[in-house]
Amino acid sequence: MSSMALDRRSLLRGAAVSGGLLGLSGLMPAWAQTGSPGLRADLPTLTGPNIDLTVGHSNFTVGGRTGHAVTVNGLLPAPLLRMREGQNVRLSVTNTLDEDTSIHWHGLLLPFQMDGVPGVSFPGIKPRETFVYEFPLKQSGTYWYHSHSGLQEAMGHYGPIVIDPAGVDPVGYDREHVLVLSDWSFMHPHEILAKLKKSPGYFNMQKTTLAGLLDGSDGMDLAERRMWGGMRMDPRDILDVNGTTYTYLINGHGPQENWTGLFRPGERVRLRVINASAMSIFNVRIPGLAMTVVQADGEHVRPVEVDEFQISVAETYDVIVRPTEDRAYTIVSEAIDRSGMGRATLAPRLGMTAEVPPLRKVPNLTMADMGMGGMDHGSMAGMDHSAHGAAGGAAAGAAAAAPMDHGAMSMRDPNNAPADMAVGVGVDAIAPAPANRLGERPQGLQDVDHRVLVYTDLRSLTPNTDTRAPSRSMEIHLTGNMERFMWGFDGRKFSELVEPIRFELNERVRVTLVNDTMMAHPIHLHGHFFELVNGHDGYQPLKHTVNVAPGGKVTFDLTANAPGDWAFHCHLLMHMHAGMFNVVTVRPLEGAAR
Amino acid sequence: MSRALFAAVAVLPLMLAAGAAVAQSHGGHAGHGAQAAPARPPQARPTPASKPKPRAAAPRRATPPASAQAPAADPHAGHDMSSAPAAAADPHAGHDMSGMQTAPATAPAADPHAGHDMSAMQTSPAQPAVSDPHAGHDMSAVPPAADPHAGHDMSAMAGGAPNIPTSVDAVGGRMVETPPPAAARAAPAHAADLLFDPVVMAASRKQLLVENGDIRSTAVLIDSIEASFGDGEETYSWNAQGWTGGDINRFWWKTEGEGAFDGKLHEAEVQALYSRAIAPFWDVQAGVRQDFRPDGDDTTHLTVGVQGVAPYWFEMSAAAFLSTEGDLTARAEAEYDQRLTQKWILQPAIEVAMSASDIPELEIGSGLTSITAGLRLRYEIRKEFAPYVGVEWSRSLGDTADYAKARGEDPEDFRLVVGIKAWF
Repeated sequence: MSSMALDRRSLLRGAAVSGGLLGLSGLMPAWAQTGSPGLRADLPTLTGPNIDLTVGHSNFTVGGRTGHAVTVNGLLPAPLLRMREGQNVRLSVTNTLDEDTSIHWHGLLLPFQMDGVPGVSFPGIKPRETFVYEFPLKQSGTYWYHSHSGLQEAMGHYGPIVIDPAGVDPVGYDREHVLVLSDWSFMHPHEILAKLKKSPGYFNMQKTTLAGLLDGSDGMDLAERRMWGGMRMDPRDILDVNGTTYTYLINGHGPQENWTGLFRPGERVRLRVINASAMSIFNVRIPGLAMTVVQADGEHVRPVEVDEFQISVAETYDVIVRPTEDRAYTIVSEAIDRSGMGRATLAPRLGMTAEVPPLRKVPNLTMADMGMGGMDHGSMAGMDHSAHGAAGGAAAGAAAAAPMDHGAMSMRDPNNAPADMAVGVGVDAIAPAPANRLGERPQGLQDVDHRVLVYTDLRSLTPNTDTRAPSRSMEIHLTGNMERFMWGFDGRKFSELVEPIRFELNERVRVTLVNDTMMAHPIHLHGHFFELVNGHDGYQPLKHTVNVAPGGKVTFDLTANAPGDWAFHCHLLMHMHAGMFNVVTVRPLEGAAR
Repeated sequence: MSRALFAAVAVLPLMLAAGAAVAQSHGGHAGHGAQAAPARPPQARPTPASKPKPRAAAPRRATPPASAQAPAADPHAGHDMSSAPAAAADPHAGHDMSGMQTAPATAPAADPHAGHDMSAMQTSPAQPAVSDPHAGHDMSAVPPAADPHAGHDMSAMAGGAPNIPTSVDAVGGRMVETPPPAAARAAPAHAADLLFDPVVMAASRKQLLVENGDIRSTAVLIDSIEASFGDGEETYSWNAQGWTGGDINRFWWKTEGEGAFDGKLHEAEVQALYSRAIAPFWDVQAGVRQDFRPDGDDTTHLTVGVQGVAPYWFEMSAAAFLSTEGDLTARAEAEYDQRLTQKWILQPAIEVAMSASDIPELEIGSGLTSITAGLRLRYEIRKEFAPYVGVEWSRSLGDTADYAKARGEDPEDFRLVVGIKAWF
């Protein structure tokens, strides 16, 4: 354990591999090249109304090693698409692969047949075919695009989208950079998935051990460990695929390559942060710089100043930073299980670097992650709610052990789920007391001594447009079997021929997602934004993807105003591939663009 | 050992399997239909007494707020924390809130102007960013109506997100949801069929199923390839299994055997099994086993067993075998991986064998026939490849031990082992 951490640290401090850099520059769009002055009009950027994109095979080099990537226009990340709200855009996508491909425009509101999900919105793009996507841009903000075919996204098929507002941008800034966070492995994603099917803990080299128990470094006592063992759950199962195989990228650069974005001291710099990972949730910070969050998922929010935020897969956050000193700052995107980090630099001049902080202590899952966070005080004699989220601690462990001993059944009680849920092999637990955790700090950040963004901080800048009360409520359970690497909604994998989730056109529905598993799931609904029910009545933040904390629940209000069929899934690519996917239908189709 | 006791032991694995199957069917496949909600035993609930329940009616519906139902069903309950009735109706009122308040000060309320650029107020461009609370937003561009401070309810900050009740909070059975309106079922079944060739769409929908849950996998697990050294001859042995299939149904095979390094194979067996997942951690397996004995009968057996992971991570398997001669035998194994570090793993293991009858030609007596215990220390060079060293103790029991003694062998054996565990 300690030697691993050392290895990684020395890796991070290692000198940049110059050969790698040379190899990279050919594969990088200008904005993603190191030393980028940021997004500027004179840089090559693909803009409307006609954009040609070609999907194909490329080599990708990082850390001095070269592997096989699936790319758009030969670039990783794919080219930045910069367009303007109100314009029409025609995107011609040509497939030079030997397999089907597709592009999904993540977060864009468009006719269903342009959404790019094979088998839902269209048939996919066959080898050597060109598909023309054409739609009006009805929104502005930071978005991204990626393949929705197979596991191509995990091989580099993703890129950023920036849509400038038709009117004046309410966010003022002097310079902007796009930060595409992602994960890269030299192991083929199908191989990764095969490993997980045979050995779900395969990539975890941070499990609890006897040595960690004896020297206390695991931060977990024997009683707590026994409780986890009794449930056949791993308190360190935080990311299925992690830094043991992933190199975490920022704009296609590994930590060694150290992507550097330039600024002039005193400028307001807008960072458009996109998590385009396949399987990685990051905690993002820039030591020494406060970040003011101004946009979430492309939608403006009331500005909130933080020192760190968690960005789940497929979410985007725009933050403003204002470096005033003539010095470099390190941008850290640390995987939430602390198995590795992405690293980049903001600097006045190329070549300047700042200290790279070491990886922090590996967090343990908590009571709340087990779905016991919403337990009443009375039932948990002696349990202190303030201990929620504390990373371990004897008090929480001892208290937890008591109800578990005679209540093993309560961790999988079908009565805690809706009547239509299938409680079969694919469900290893049902949260006995799922808690609303929107106001809690995200995983691993409970104890950091600076300001951390929580979902209740997000408040829409503009009032919500649909003020109707929801006409019905529904509950969707996020379920899984960690040991068999099975994932689904309401106990069923999509491949089990599930009933779609049906909405009437313009119906207003309140949906509560209950996470029965002990992993976070970024849940994404295509074609719509939903309002996160987070306490800001009338100003609920709009999101296309929401991270549902382990053992937690998230409620959103949805106005189903986009007729057609839409994908709804966990954006952890392997979870989706293992079955955590469904189709949302909105009928009747009247008003659907033809 | 009495035959009755033996019988009880021998059927244990089967009972385990059956028990698991029963537990499974309880909620398992029951969920498909609109089955009557079972009455909920009070002890299954975390704290029925301490939770103020909105009402104690039978299957609760997810009630539309417009209806005249109890206030607690109102999905807006809790939005306005200052309203006493709403707060009281919220079954979780109070305790969640304390959780919110423990979260260290991210409260945006502390700095209501964060991020706004009130340019008129800005006196110097060199103002330090950290101390500039207005960084980020250009106030002039914000339309007055969108002023984030207008009507800003600070009290909502302290309250955080409202706690929307779910099935866990339902009283008297599982939550039955309001079905979607009839119009939500309007044709077509698949919207894209109107715009693309329905035949092509059907093919891509099929592919979509494959890519979202229908994963086939094939594994080969070599539990051991081992050399052992003791008082007697030096022997080799192997124990391997593997599968191919989906999550529920798999073809499973197992093989084990041992022989002497001087070239003589003692015995070997191969099993071909149909394996079905019946519970989150358990599979039942049934099929045939073929034995190979250079100096005896090559017996064939029907077999049924159970394999999986017991609480506290004990890997277990148990199987009963009925030979074509009519002999009933059984084996049960358990092992545990104790991680000393991420790479050093200590594995205790135990195996017991039983027989329902005397099988003289195999020199097996009835009852418990043998017990084997091992302790192996392995080093995972990679997760897939680990050499190990260890010790193994075994003892023949009852009549089986007498057979061994008659043969001039010690019924008890202690050996050093060295081998490789691998999978791919």
